[in-house]
Amino acid sequence: MIPTEFDYAAPESLDDALWLLGEGGEETRLLAGGHSLIPLMKLRVVVPTKLVDLRKVPGLDGMQREDGSWRIGAMTVHSELEHHPDLGLLSRAASTIADPQVRHCGTIGGSLAHGDPASDLPAVLLAAGGSVSAQGSGGPRTIEAADLFKDYMTTSVAPDEVITAVHVPALDGYGYGYQKFNRRAEDWAMVAVCALVYARDGVCEDVRVGLTHMASTPLRATAVEEALRGQPLYAGSIAEAAERAADATNPPGDLNATPAYKRHLARVLCQRALTEAAGLS
Amino acid sequence: MSATVPVRITVNGASHQLDVEPRRLLVHALREELGLTGTHVGCDTSSCGACTIHLDGVAVKSCTVLAVQCDGREVTTIEGLGSTDDLHPMQEAFWEHHGLQCGYCTPGMIMAGVDLLNRTSQPSESEIRHAIEGNLCRCTGYHNIVKAIQAASGQQTEATSQARDEVQA
Ligand SMILES: Cc1cc2nc3c(=O)[nH]c(=O)nc-3n(C[C@H](O)[C@H](O)[C@H](O)COP(=O)(O)OP(=O)(O)OC[C@H]3O[C@@H](n4cnc5c(N)ncnc54)[C@H](O)[C@@H]3O)c2cc1C
Ligand code: FES
Ligand code: FES
Repeated sequence: MIPTEFDYAAPESLDDALWLLGEGGEETRLLAGGHSLIPLMKLRVVVPTKLVDLRKVPGLDGMQREDGSWRIGAMTVHSELEHHPDLGLLSRAASTIADPQVRHCGTIGGSLAHGDPASDLPAVLLAAGGSVSAQGSGGPRTIEAADLFKDYMTTSVAPDEVITAVHVPALDGYGYGYQKFNRRAEDWAMVAVCALVYARDGVCEDVRVGLTHMASTPLRATAVEEALRGQPLYAGSIAEAAERAADATNPPGDLNATPAYKRHLARVLCQRALTEAAGLS
Repeated sequence: MSATVPVRITVNGASHQLDVEPRRLLVHALREELGLTGTHVGCDTSSCGACTIHLDGVAVKSCTVLAVQCDGREVTTIEGLGSTDDLHPMQEAFWEHHGLQCGYCTPGMIMAGVDLLNRTSQPSESEIRHAIEGNLCRCTGYHNIVKAIQAASGQQTEATSQARDEVQA
């Protein structure tokens, strides 16, 4: 499987990348780790006429703690997230992506821009209440995670925009859980659930739950959050809240799982993720 | 569109200047341009790991990397690890522990194994199994491959301790 012909550029500044992106029209695509784009090009599902490789653009790497938040360069690869000692849930979710080889290539910026509802990081960003910085012809802007994911593989990042950084609230003091269900180790999630819980004196003061592959975009399980917030944390309250994990979802059926089975998985995985996040497992 | 572009890639320590189409996959550049056919193509869909090489010191699947992405970078293939007369300890361990049958997956398995030991010098069995999640073997089975990687890390494997017990008995 060989991609169709295309031109290639590896600009050394963000301005040059933006210029190339603007000049090339719709068939020009950014290239980050290439681990979503190249497979699609090999299948000729995506047929760009030009690739603008971001690997030489300065300023798109590194991770810094800024006040209560992590600033993560868009070109940070999954294995860097995985091996970072302080990223908690993000680290855990990244460590479940495919296999070491894929994690050495795939980037956080590429994963978010791609907007695949089966990907692990989008739901984590959504649950944590993060955002991305994007830069385009109209200048820099911030896109909140809640406004980022629009539809199946469709995000609000414009075709002439580059995600430069990802901002993830550190959520110090929150416990977290990540539960992903797939058939083979390197498969995408049939369903995954991430949970963040802030507890004080056995009471759930805050809870955020993100769902992967339960709709055409990642979702927040708001019904679960509402059911648990302010409640005492124990097996019973968690089980009751987790029963609502499939509320307001619209899971796509596929070869691996029917929508009904995915709803079942969401409830079971939600209970496990909350139990883990509450430190009760 | 898509004339060839020059790239300079250091492969197994030697610098190579290649003219490649941007759509040229690294695995094809290695096999066809440089004759390094130790790197195999199994699935061609980033699933099986037969094409695993090291790019700037870490394992990647060369069927999902463009040669142009490697301009100015360093690649190590199975040919760069050891030679027939002087096997790399990982190759030696695969031989010793019967970590291969047909050998199709073996270069990728060995490159993944070496990558793991570069990160974690004394991995547990479970860490080894996780580290080869991206490598499929259709004939040996994973048991002996895991043993081989364990042995290459200098750890005693079930097999070696059993053999020693037999010798001592
Ligand atoms: C075998 C295999 C298994 C996988 N399994 C999983 C899995 O279980 N979970 C999971 O989450 N992911 C999985 N992935 C996907 C992997 O994580 C991808 O690498 C990732 O989703 C995309 O990141 P990338 O850097 O490779 O992006 P690319 O493939 O380079 O780009 C993807 C898209 O995003 C755009 N883009 C890239 N960077 C930017 C940017 N900075 N700004 C704006 N647009 C940008 C590109 O133009 C392109 O349209 C798997 C991939 C493979 C090959
Ligand atoms: S040939 Fe590259 S992963 Fe199978
Ligand atoms: S030895 Fe034959 S596929 Fe692994």
